[in-house]
Amino acid sequence: MSTSTYDVLIVGAGIVGAACADACAREGMRVAVVDGDIVGGGTTAAGMGHIVVMDDSEAQFALTRYSQRLWQELRPELPDDVEYEQCGTIWVSADEEQMSEVRRKQAYYTSRGVPVQILDPSDLERLEPNLRKGMAGGLLVPEDGVLYPPCAARFLLERAQSRGVRTFIGRPVVRMGNGMVRLIDGEQFSAGVLVNAAGSLAPALTPGTDVKKRKGHLVITDRYPGFLRHQLVELGYLKSAHSLTSDSVAFNVQPRRTGQILIGSSRQYGADHKEVDTEIMVRMLRRAEEYMPGLAKLSAIRTWTGFRAATPDKVPLIGPWPEDKTLFLATGHEGLGITTSLGTARLLVDQIVGREPEIAAEPYLPSRVGKEHVHA
Amino acid sequence: MSMPDRLTITIDGVPLSVAPGTTVAAAVMIAGKFCRNSVTGERRGPLCGMGICFECRMSINGLPHSRTCQVLCENGMEVRTDA
Repeated sequence: MSTSTYDVLIVGAGIVGAACADACAREGMRVAVVDGDIVGGGTTAAGMGHIVVMDDSEAQFALTRYSQRLWQELRPELPDDVEYEQCGTIWVSADEEQMSEVRRKQAYYTSRGVPVQILDPSDLERLEPNLRKGMAGGLLVPEDGVLYPPCAARFLLERAQSRGVRTFIGRPVVRMGNGMVRLIDGEQFSAGVLVNAAGSLAPALTPGTDVKKRKGHLVITDRYPGFLRHQLVELGYLKSAHSLTSDSVAFNVQPRRTGQILIGSSRQYGADHKEVDTEIMVRMLRRAEEYMPGLAKLSAIRTWTGFRAATPDKVPLIGPWPEDKTLFLATGHEGLGITTSLGTARLLVDQIVGREPEIAAEPYLPSRVGKEHVHA
Repeated sequence: MSMPDRLTITIDGVPLSVAPGTTVAAAVMIAGKFCRNSVTGERRGPLCGMGICFECRMSINGLPHSRTCQVLCENGMEVRTDA
């Protein structure tokens, strides 16, 4: 069978792969995207689609902030079905102890140019009347937003196709490396640059990639317009997201344009089966009910699970893979891949063409993992 | 305990007298109304009558998306169609 040749061949048509394809095509490269499943059908379809600036680390802040700006620039071009809404995030503080975290967060964001506003209990009650009374307050981040990830991925890939990108969807890859990609049906491609953007499946194609599956559950309700107005996240969320060993849940709810409410979130390592884990889903819903008692009366219409691609230091892997000079990684985005897809694509392209990126690339380089292989 | 002969509910603010044991879905049919409009604007009413199809959703005492075929009428109940 003959071999087609490209400048860049991307494995993975999730939102990260789609964004990378779009960005490479803009540089005039000859690009192909291969995926064994459907466009945006993996982690992309399972997530909430929260476009959020996070401050877990300087690296995480830099990439989420940069990426959010790129989403805002892209917003006028997004089709209606991407459902981009700048609803803002409110970090909800349950007690006085958490208010000190609100003030720390406020200082951090403000000093880096992110508009935020501290909310007292009456502000919170006015903005979100269905929250339990007696909360200590919160922090409003008005530039955060939400979107519908599968349609965003499809939009990015279609735009890439309109710039000449070839796509091979439903064509599983069995091997990639040394400038070659081989499909299960025997077809082969060669490319100067290969990009592993296979999300939580990345280690199967590039052994040694330090990405683990981290399972999550979501529930979506029927339509209750006005019940919820902002994405609400409990301040204890970081504690939940940090835990490297135990299963954890956190209050994290999102208003959709339809009036539906997405209810999350859970995090589990070592749970590689797709089925809903009733025990953890019940814990997650109880947590949500503690914060918003009225949720208990609403009708949930669907629940599902997905797998985040988690790295040990919670920072994605973007850049050359040290063991193969044709291979780049764009994976390990954990729960932030929808937000950081656009920043990831820019960083990747800048590294491919040898251009100075807008934010420092070093914190995301895959080579960092080998250097300091520390699981905190 | 004796059951009252009749109960009165309101459907979209209009009083309706029904026999005890009447489901809200049945009451809405007695009133000659549809339950709701679908998101694409089609009129919908009770179909399965056993809580499975979700076609008969209405607001009962302010709670939207209640499956009315599973709820018995109570005196003073406020029912709204298309909510």
